[in-house]
Amino acid sequence: MAHSTRTPGIVAGRLSAEVLSENFADLHPPLDAHEAHVAADRCYFCHDAPCITACPTSIDIPLFIRQIATGTPLAAGKTILEQNILGGMCARVCPTETLCEEACVREIAEGKPVEIGRLQRFATDAVMAKGPQPFSRAAPTGKQVAVVGAGPAGLACAHRLAMHGHDVVVFEKRDKPGGLNEYGIASYKTVDDFARAEVDWLLGIGGIEIRYGQQLGRDETLDQLVADHDAVFLGMGKPGVHALPGFDLGGIRPAVDFIADLRQAGDLSSVPVGRNVVVIGGGMTAVDAAVQSKLLGAENVTIVYRRARGEMPASRFEQDLAAAKGVTLVFNAQPVAATGAGDVTGVSFEYTAQEAGKLAGTGETFDLPADQVLLAIGQTLENAPDGLARDGSALLADETHKTSLARVWAGGDCSAPGEDLTVTAVAQGRDAAEDIHQTLMG
Amino acid sequence: MADLTTEFLGIKSPNPFWLASAPPTDKEYNVRRAFEAGWGGVVWKTLGEDGPPIVNVNGPRYGAMWGADRRLLALNNIELITDRPLQTNLDEIARVKKDYPDRAVIVSLMVPCTEESWKAILPRVAETGCDGIELNFGCPHGMSERGMGAAVGQVPEYIEMVTRWCKENYDKPVIVKLTPNISDIRYPARAARAGGADAVSLINTVSSITSVNLDDFSPEPSIDGKGSHGGMCGPAVKPIALNMVAEISRDPETAGLPISGIGGVTTWRDAAEFMALGAGNVQVCTAAMTYGFKVVQEMISGLSDWMDKKGYASTAEFIGQAVPNVTDWQYLNLNYVTKAKIDQDKCIKCGRCYAACEDTSHQAIWMKEGRVFEVNDAECVACNLCVNVCPVEDCITMERMTAGSVDPRTGETVSDDYANWTTHPNNPGACAAE
Repeated sequence: MAHSTRTPGIVAGRLSAEVLSENFADLHPPLDAHEAHVAADRCYFCHDAPCITACPTSIDIPLFIRQIATGTPLAAGKTILEQNILGGMCARVCPTETLCEEACVREIAEGKPVEIGRLQRFATDAVMAKGPQPFSRAAPTGKQVAVVGAGPAGLACAHRLAMHGHDVVVFEKRDKPGGLNEYGIASYKTVDDFARAEVDWLLGIGGIEIRYGQQLGRDETLDQLVADHDAVFLGMGKPGVHALPGFDLGGIRPAVDFIADLRQAGDLSSVPVGRNVVVIGGGMTAVDAAVQSKLLGAENVTIVYRRARGEMPASRFEQDLAAAKGVTLVFNAQPVAATGAGDVTGVSFEYTAQEAGKLAGTGETFDLPADQVLLAIGQTLENAPDGLARDGSALLADETHKTSLARVWAGGDCSAPGEDLTVTAVAQGRDAAEDIHQTLMG
Repeated sequence: MADLTTEFLGIKSPNPFWLASAPPTDKEYNVRRAFEAGWGGVVWKTLGEDGPPIVNVNGPRYGAMWGADRRLLALNNIELITDRPLQTNLDEIARVKKDYPDRAVIVSLMVPCTEESWKAILPRVAETGCDGIELNFGCPHGMSERGMGAAVGQVPEYIEMVTRWCKENYDKPVIVKLTPNISDIRYPARAARAGGADAVSLINTVSSITSVNLDDFSPEPSIDGKGSHGGMCGPAVKPIALNMVAEISRDPETAGLPISGIGGVTTWRDAAEFMALGAGNVQVCTAAMTYGFKVVQEMISGLSDWMDKKGYASTAEFIGQAVPNVTDWQYLNLNYVTKAKIDQDKCIKCGRCYAACEDTSHQAIWMKEGRVFEVNDAECVACNLCVNVCPVEDCITMERMTAGSVDPRTGETVSDDYANWTTHPNNPGACAAE
């Protein structure tokens, strides 16, 4: 081990391989069969269950849990996957504490919800361990649909279209599928290359071709896609990142890039990380970047969020996870300037307060030493095709996910309303596919 | 701390918790451990006649029924009476009784239905110094096919006959253990009393098949792919046992006959319920087999706490207190009108009451905006299903309508007079109240 947590600068190998392996182990280890039975027995099988309503993909949670309780995990898995083909990943990455588990009546009753996320993983793992996915294609329709982006929205859309008998071509700019599941989520939430395994399993339905290295606007145009296909679904996410003016010194980079590099590194001891890491932002990306920095061996990691704790987009669970791993959370502070010559050495912040409903600096400042600064202040549509109406920073789409252009649908992070959640992207991709199917076959 | 000392048929024990005749009381080693743990008495596992020892199966002898978290709700067994030599058991009984004079030691017996057989064994049992005997007329498997156990217990005349032989040939208390595998428990109880029994104990196990293996279609427990009905015990049989105890307690022909209550006693509360229905003490098996002998400590402290809270100085003060309240359906007060009431502060909005009422009962619960569940008194027949399916204790309660108010379901004014089916105008056999 060449370096330690106190080595200055951005270096790799701050911790031993053993410690890294322990640090990056499964955040929520799988339930074994008995644990699953015990957890499942806690479900009350509510009428018109609030957890179903809280799930963006409307999984019949009481039913799948009862199927686990009665010893039929494969049936449980199918109940989940019928609604959410990426149910395995969602079981790992969903902020269940703000979705199904927050709505669970046992959360209300005793502050301890049924462990829906872990039960969902138990059931979906059982299905994937069994082998091929349990869905098959309808008779070929002869229709061909282009899907842009092999992330959660695009994959969910492609799978549902394939199920209905359509042929799907997915245009993916990177050289691997999965989108943020593959590149943008903390490693300890999806261990053992699960993201890739899930996509391979999903593609087993057939009828889906993924073309890698294909970026919309560079390698093909929307007009061409529309001309060549019966329908187009845009699910390219928000590939751009917001920049912070004046933050252009060495050692400053987008948090998503840091996470992507970490996720793609074969060996965690090869991933460089600063001694003093400052993460600016308040979403899941900020937490994922901060926690993983700490787990890689950074001595000090601080998340600085400009608003109050209660407004932080990352859930309280995520905040507490960060705190438990040793990350310092600072609220109500906004970045003023990065200091340093060439490489960053520190960041100046100003405290903020709400004044007349608007966030404003108080004039009081403080400095944090930093040799690495990760920006997680939101992502942007970048290189999105012209001619599509926008809703704020995203593509405008109606309730059936149609854009302003005929035969073009959109879903996931690139479209509004977007919640930046895998599960929402899956729901939108699936529902867009249903609408495409209705439109094509109508 | 309340005094739990119990005197049953003149036999004193420091508490009313006896171990039933079953595997836990099969030998000296276990019984000594039980007494050290605090059990008030034991009924030694059933002895048979002298001769070649009993043969048990060599595969599984227990089956089970589980609730959540593999909580054992019931066991069933196909074990027979003791498979150890008679003299070994008798020697051990004598030693244990000598060392634990303050504990009750009852010996369970099952020999063929001939007077000679009983005459042969009774003096040998008497020599052990045990406090009494219990006649096993209940075992539903194995021995019953040989004309013993439940085969005797299902024929009241045999019960009376064998009980009489025992009373004539043994001078300490004779308890007759009854099988629940009959249509009306009062007949065997009456027969036992007619034969001179000092007490009855009940229930023995319920004939049962706990489950079927869906791979090889063998009943469980499976012996080489075959199964045989066994005797079921444990928490699941308690309601059956309580009713049978109550039936004997309130039958004029058996009223006052001492009862040792058996059947799913798992906690102090179960014991108190059996005793309230007339049992002078209780016998426990499955709880001990599930948790070990230590469970008696919770039973002792729990019963004692409850007695203190209620102001009972001795068990005799509450034994039988519930018996006058057990009646026939026709005497239930039809003017007792209640309605379900949902405590909105306690409600966790699971909607189980709604699903149960809407799908399977009287459509008397509204589901309102925001998952607010309310009772529609105009439809509520007070069936209690919502209370039973609600996961929150005391969230839904049955509230009695006050006299003079109008029941919105029937439109009738609620009366505080007592009126039952025997005088109801819809009853063709009704007689005018005198």
